[in-house]
Amino acid sequence: MELLRFCTVGSVDDGKSTLIGRLLFDSKAIFEDTWDAIERTSQARGEEYVNLALITDGLRAEREQGITIDVAYRYFATPRRKFIIADTPGHVQYTRNMVTGASTADLALILVDVRQGVVEQSRRHAFLSSLLGIPHLVVCVNKMDMAGYDQAAYEAVRADFQPFLERLDFTQVTFIPISALKGDNVVDRSTSMPWYDGPALLQHLEEVEVPPPGDLEAPRFPVQYVIRPMREDFHDYRGYAGTVAGGVFHPGDVVTVLPTGHRTHIEAIETFDGPVAAACAPMSVTIRLADDVDISRGNMIVSGPGGPSVGNEFEAWVCWMSERGRLLPGGRYALKHTTHNVRAVVQSVDARLEINTLAEDLSPDGLSLNEIGRVRFKTTEPLYFDAYQRNRTTGSFILIDEATNDTLAAGMILGAIPA
Amino acid sequence: MPAGGPAPTRSNAGCTLANATSVNPAAARPQLTHLQALEAESIHILREVVAEFERPGLLFSGGKDSIVMLRLAEKAFWPQRVPFPVVHVDTGHNFPEVMEYRNRRVAELGVRLIVGSVQEAIDAGRVVEETGPRASRNRLQTTVLLETIAANEFDVVFGGARRDEEKARAKERVFSFRDDFGQWDPKRQRPELWSLYNGRRRRGEHMRVFPLSNWTELDVWQYIAEDGIDIPSIYFAHDREVFERDGMLMATSPFLQMLPGETPFKERVRFRTVGDMTCTAAVRSDAVELDRVIAEIAATRLTERGQSRADDKFSEAAMEDRKREGYF
Repeated sequence: MELLRFCTVGSVDDGKSTLIGRLLFDSKAIFEDTWDAIERTSQARGEEYVNLALITDGLRAEREQGITIDVAYRYFATPRRKFIIADTPGHVQYTRNMVTGASTADLALILVDVRQGVVEQSRRHAFLSSLLGIPHLVVCVNKMDMAGYDQAAYEAVRADFQPFLERLDFTQVTFIPISALKGDNVVDRSTSMPWYDGPALLQHLEEVEVPPPGDLEAPRFPVQYVIRPMREDFHDYRGYAGTVAGGVFHPGDVVTVLPTGHRTHIEAIETFDGPVAAACAPMSVTIRLADDVDISRGNMIVSGPGGPSVGNEFEAWVCWMSERGRLLPGGRYALKHTTHNVRAVVQSVDARLEINTLAEDLSPDGLSLNEIGRVRFKTTEPLYFDAYQRNRTTGSFILIDEATNDTLAAGMILGAIPA
Repeated sequence: MPAGGPAPTRSNAGCTLANATSVNPAAARPQLTHLQALEAESIHILREVVAEFERPGLLFSGGKDSIVMLRLAEKAFWPQRVPFPVVHVDTGHNFPEVMEYRNRRVAELGVRLIVGSVQEAIDAGRVVEETGPRASRNRLQTTVLLETIAANEFDVVFGGARRDEEKARAKERVFSFRDDFGQWDPKRQRPELWSLYNGRRRRGEHMRVFPLSNWTELDVWQYIAEDGIDIPSIYFAHDREVFERDGMLMATSPFLQMLPGETPFKERVRFRTVGDMTCTAAVRSDAVELDRVIAEIAATRLTERGQSRADDKFSEAAMEDRKREGYF
């Protein structure tokens, strides 16, 4: 059974909570006592229907204020797949939460109200999903019951959205006409829309191809921890523990160690459960090398013809996530990239994205909370990186405030800055 | 799914990419099962902590989640020994079977066991024990946990909590920051993206790290079956003297006074969660082997905490309130 991680974006009005509630309830992931509890709370609050948002709004402040503060993770499984949903709120701290939830998602699910059609928010959500490198997009055209299950209404939404989506980087875009409230095309195929011949949402989620994490062609292994047992029976053992970030490694492969450039070959790839013949992302393994070379955490083992960029100047999309302070030219931060901790300085902020129009402001003075911009960095030590669109692990980083230790920003590398 | 079917093979085959170098590499897609993916993520988290912190400890109650977590720690650092001590916050109200298991496992792994004793804290007057038939040492654990963290200068402790357990936990980070007082502030959590965990802290602050965040109860049971992990016998059906309270079956013990009208009787039960005897309830069951336990779990319509944890029933936000104070 495979694992699919997806994120849902949007506000309560879109019917998102109803949709998630239905997926969880129909797959028996909501238990009776949870259901009883939210039913009681809904009644106590004088709500006419059981408020499904209460399933995901777990914190006291969220329940009291009727808002979603934070990304909520929900889990369900069918006999075919296990799913992790990152449910991100549509209004409060919307960009920060959506970027967080989207960072680990293989698929993004967007709802469009068929009566309202594609709105500004739909485009924004689609754009951010694409920027975060999510390969699959599902557009659920919702509330079809309110539009008489009319094919023309559905096709109009689709025709309106399609040209915009074609400009983005999705591998696959799927439209599904649904009614979250009535359950049409959510778990089972709807009998009210015989003109639709595609799968119901759940079937699509069960069948969509889970993308391989990282670029299959470009093997990357950030060294996380050096294993030295200090035991008689493993006297000279030295293994490099880490999580494969791209490509496939085999025993015997010729590899290069960065930053030294030392070339050697893989002696063995080991796990507690025995040696493996091939290791790909996201397996956590231990690599032993043929030569005794000096390797420590933050180094990277790579192979194949297309090596990563090595350098200390690069350009990236940055989403600023902190209420306190702004990202400004000259700003200095701790930067964490794979297993590598360095310091970075902002050389310039070249563009700020106008999130509503997707236009670029080319002379911004900095980035504030929830703003996204193109930023040039210089780091104290070289990084070994790929463009984020090629590899979401070796192309991503976070910025940390060295005084407060808060996580300030998320970065997606565009590429090296030509000398 | 393990129930009924043939035992799945472990990860030794790697990512089943035997044909990766063939003409069309895209056709040979890596296929990790959901349990392999979860295992890999947890091992990544365990290694990340050991690489970036100085003094980790692993909270171990002898319950199934901490058993799986300890197994993952064994895997993450093999052939090195688990490079941190195991910490038990002991209320003194233990199931003997679980204590026996704890001691055996600790000896097998050759790890150090640190016990934070609630009884000692009571005897020394550092905490005051509740009295009466509904007395529980549950809340006292928080004080003893924080004392144990301070006394051993842990800068990070691993916990076996899962996000599917409870609604406040669904919002908690994998790396959960605690201030000088050990408190959790749900509104001031650090954003957590990709697999880039921010473990930076100042002196006096510490981190709680939850490697099983993305596991569900069923995942834990399937993993125990697939990996052949030994668990305490009370997880399987057995005959026990119990009494009914608030719709839950509590084991009779010297630690729990019965109220008027409560009468003990024999029942065939198993435990779905394992904690302090005063707040862990049993469920009626005939499941004497793992496959049948998993089949029951998969079919149940009640959450494990709702069905068998008296400590969550104080109020709608009972868990959030205890977590804010520094609970597990």
